[in-house]
Amino acid sequence: MTFLLSLLKLFWEFFKIGAFTFGGGLAMLRLAQDVVLEHGWLEADQIIDFVALSESTPGPFAINMATYVGASQQEFWGAFFATLGVVLPSFTVILIVAHFYKQFQESHIVKGLMTGLKPTAIGLIASAVISMAITVFLPKGLTPTIFNSSEFYISAVIFALSLFLVFFKKIKIPPVLIICISAILGIAAGYIFDVPLT
Amino acid sequence: MNKLKKALKLFITFFKIGAFTFGGGYAMIPLVQHEVCDKNKWISEEDILDIVAIAESTPGPIAINSATFVGYKVCGVLGSTAATLGVVIPSFLIMLCIFFLLDKFEEKPPVQYAFLGIRACVLALVIKALISMYKKCSKTWVSYTVIAFSVITSVVVTKFIPINTFYIIIASAVFGLISYSILRRRAKK
Repeated sequence: MTFLLSLLKLFWEFFKIGAFTFGGGLAMLRLAQDVVLEHGWLEADQIIDFVALSESTPGPFAINMATYVGASQQEFWGAFFATLGVVLPSFTVILIVAHFYKQFQESHIVKGLMTGLKPTAIGLIASAVISMAITVFLPKGLTPTIFNSSEFYISAVIFALSLFLVFFKKIKIPPVLIICISAILGIAAGYIFDVPLT
Repeated sequence: MNKLKKALKLFITFFKIGAFTFGGGYAMIPLVQHEVCDKNKWISEEDILDIVAIAESTPGPIAINSATFVGYKVCGVLGSTAATLGVVIPSFLIMLCIFFLLDKFEEKPPVQYAFLGIRACVLALVIKALISMYKKCSKTWVSYTVIAFSVITSVVVTKFIPINTFYIIIASAVFGLISYSILRRRAKK
């Protein structure tokens, strides 16, 4: 019974996320942070890990996210129902819209709604970035001891290097490669400075 | 029979697209264009632009929206189902495997250290995505207002009063609709 209830909950929460995301997967991140933390499905740092996994595997962000979060709760069936939930709203809406998409595109109501929805996606990603930055740099909140932890400096150096690589204009470095470099640096720094494990 | 064959081909095509694009929906569009317009001639080049526009203004991931739309254009609901399943299944399976692997090795020190590096890097990647989205957004006072409103409510205000992000999205949509209507009425006069 609790198993079925938990599947239903996964389906419903991801259905809502699917129905309220405009402008592609990342716009989903803030909604997902809300839902996932509220239900205690994952920790804040696990969400960031998941974004990394999603960036380094093929396929749409939304599907990766639903599968991962669903699996963390109820393994295969959890993943199945969460993914079904996130896909269903777009699938249904497109089937309806496909009939009269010319009118849909020219509709002033749609244009009006999009005037607000496009920028809010940007604002919500910015908000997700801020909360991710807090998780990365200030995992225990803003305390003076933060500057004594080697983790803080390792994160800062890798972050600065990644920013440089991400915005490097001369060669386009694929994100997967940058993630791999950071992982190797993380392992090296972890052992060299003997970072305490949680 | 012909319809089934088409659906199968849609499935295979979108399976390939789902399995080989990194970085989500927009990265997928050139591949969709190549497979759907150039190779299979299912849809004209102009219609692809429509698809992108529609995918942007309907809820959900761009990848799913475009798969469903292309599938529908080629052979109705059966086509939509085939294309959508095709684009979903690769990432579903890959992510499932990764989840089970990670579940086993998460506690191991090298894995924890690797994620220490990866988390800092992901922050940089998302900032890059954020900036490129901002560049594409229209630079009007409506946009700036909505961006400021979304950031302030979801970062600062929620610290004091819990506000569900869904309401922020609804409020922004309503505000967009109202300001659009006002601006349009003014332009008419």
